[in-house]
Amino acid sequence: MYRSHVLVCGGTGCTSSGSHQICAELEKEIKKQGLAEEVKVVMTGCFGLCALGPIMIVYPEGSFYSRVKVEDIPEIVSEHLLKGRIVSRLLYQETVQTDGSIKSLNETNFYKKQHRVALRNCGVITPENIEAYIAEDGYQALAKALTEMTPQQVIDEISASGLRGRGGAGFPTGRKWSFAAANQADQKYVCCNADEGDPGAFMDRSVLEGDPHVVLEAMAIAGYAIGASQGYIYVHAEYPIAVHRLQIAIDQAREYGLLGKGILGTDFNFDIDLRLGAGAFVCGEETALMTSIEGHRGEPRPRPPFPAVKGLFQKPTILNNVETYANVPRIILKGAAWFSSMGTEKSKGTKVFALGGKIVNTGLVEIPMGTTLREIVEDIGGGIPNGKKFKAAQTGGPSGGCIPADKIDVPIDYDNLIAIGSMMGSGGLIVMDEDNCMVDIAKFFLEFTVDESCGKCTPCRIGTRRLLELLTKVTEGKATMEDLDKMEQLCYYIKENSLCGLGQTAPNPVLSTLRYFREEYEAHIKDKSCPAGVCKKLVRYSINDNCKGCTACARKCPVGAISGAVKQKHVIDPATCIKCGVCMETCKFGAIEKK
Amino acid sequence: MGKQTISKIPFSGTPEQEAQLRGKIDELKQQPGALMPILQSAQEIYGYLPIEVQKIVAEELNIPLEEVYGVVTFYAQFSLNPKGRYKIGVCLGTACYVKGSQDVFDKVCSCLNIGNGDITEDGRFSLEATRCIGCCGLAPVMTVNDDVYGRLVPEDIPGILAKYQD
Repeated sequence: MYRSHVLVCGGTGCTSSGSHQICAELEKEIKKQGLAEEVKVVMTGCFGLCALGPIMIVYPEGSFYSRVKVEDIPEIVSEHLLKGRIVSRLLYQETVQTDGSIKSLNETNFYKKQHRVALRNCGVITPENIEAYIAEDGYQALAKALTEMTPQQVIDEISASGLRGRGGAGFPTGRKWSFAAANQADQKYVCCNADEGDPGAFMDRSVLEGDPHVVLEAMAIAGYAIGASQGYIYVHAEYPIAVHRLQIAIDQAREYGLLGKGILGTDFNFDIDLRLGAGAFVCGEETALMTSIEGHRGEPRPRPPFPAVKGLFQKPTILNNVETYANVPRIILKGAAWFSSMGTEKSKGTKVFALGGKIVNTGLVEIPMGTTLREIVEDIGGGIPNGKKFKAAQTGGPSGGCIPADKIDVPIDYDNLIAIGSMMGSGGLIVMDEDNCMVDIAKFFLEFTVDESCGKCTPCRIGTRRLLELLTKVTEGKATMEDLDKMEQLCYYIKENSLCGLGQTAPNPVLSTLRYFREEYEAHIKDKSCPAGVCKKLVRYSINDNCKGCTACARKCPVGAISGAVKQKHVIDPATCIKCGVCMETCKFGAIEKK
Repeated sequence: MGKQTISKIPFSGTPEQEAQLRGKIDELKQQPGALMPILQSAQEIYGYLPIEVQKIVAEELNIPLEEVYGVVTFYAQFSLNPKGRYKIGVCLGTACYVKGSQDVFDKVCSCLNIGNGDITEDGRFSLEATRCIGCCGLAPVMTVNDDVYGRLVPEDIPGILAKYQD
């Protein structure tokens, strides 16, 4: 028995800011101070509050140390772990109250409104030890399904819970399973989509890194429900930690008889293999993903036949997203009624969002469906840094849209987001302030889809490219108002005619910014100006009266666009200026203005 | 899928690498959908997938070279070009982008005088614009091999590159 446990976050955000070194230093210092028998260091998955990494928590007190440095470790060990005196100075300051007492992490603004179901073990257990998972009721749901429930009962329970696909489209999970169960075949497959490709989303990654067994358990339950004996996890190759921990988890589960033949003494056989993606966004589309597992170019194919009829290797297949699976064991264990008590009428349960962009508390949050964007941004996220104003939030990545400030009180669920022209998507939630240009953001996503279009169907391959050209014209001040109409028409054409979800949703970022920020497009076209000062071709640099005539900018300017005598105010020739911004970096007096 | 120019650096695979690759293919080729895992192993062995390596894969699997080439060029992770001793990745995921990673990326380009997917003439640095690497809390982020640099502004770049001069 240890009297104290130190949990150090081993998620990607924290390891990138040095949590491995923190861990090593802790172990060393604990040994040095003779505490190795009393204090245990555990590396866990993501805590969620990535902005404050590296993060560590000391139990039983629950003291939350943030932005920990290696130099702080000796003090934390000798003061806190040895003498029992919490080092308040190094704690997350929101947990330190004015009277000096410490409040629990669950009472902080960031965690108070969260409700963790899919992430419940992330940041709590060590992901590299199956026993830690089992101690948190792990594999009990599988045992319950195999010994107390028929496959049909499992499907009924999932259907009754109202669980919908967390990958973005929101298809009812139970219905998907029942289709595959109804088809007879000598072999069926259960696949997990862990190819999280939305640029700015890392929910699935955190589940895989922090609680890999929950995915394995859920896939085994799904296998039992539809009658499959083989599963594949298609995982993003850029997630080395996730791949490593999944492999450990699979090996351990096999060793414990929780994967393989005759699971838990029943006659149910199920095994899982990993397949690494290779960086193609379109492989998040279900038919493309399966084609990729088969070893081909990951191009989608027309549906029907749906994967439940002819999927992987032409056999009935179900494919669910990581977060969807992460909910399954809890539903089996605690019942459909428990799950459906959370959320809104048509969107049950919780949703994990990766909160990023212009927000104080960047990180991972799990909230009940129906929470408003305002609660996420202002309460949980801590608002916008530097006193700037909220302009929009982007959800659904390259397939989604922007939610403007006047829609900030809409309760977030699948249907509401669609109604306001965005979508749930996999859970990326990027906050933007007044310094972000919405045309530029639309262009950013279009560049992404043009790059990632697989090229199989013409509307997507050529349509998105033409759309990007039109957008580029806007950002360069060369577009006309007719171009705006053309853009809109083209958007609808691409949506209606593309083969797969990638093309069908690719115009969404353009349509939603046109809908809510049309005046910004018009400013680019009519006034030839970018209100946010982002679009380089429209930006003008000028020199104000702060200029001391020091000549530093004129000497640094690569094209000689700045002229003026010593100790006299300088001027920039806009025709020569290439808008590189070097003058602004150089000026010590804040005399260069960008408009 | 962006355009890729093929580098002129000659292939310098060793017989040991080839033996290793053929062994790996032997081990993997029975599993369904073996081509992807084999190419991933090949890239681990050689660092990239030049046509010489693709030929070995095609020959061992008894499939047309064109099929191998088709798969290699489809996926962003497979590279036809060798990588630098120091692989630089600048995240252009959404969270980093809205916090100014494009400026960071442009600064790296101008400092090294190379573009996306290129390698410097001395083979020291290669540069890639990456998708979200999952540490949005540190945005904007850049990686040099396994080192991660966060909360960057363009002015930080020359100092960081100077650390990798050997």
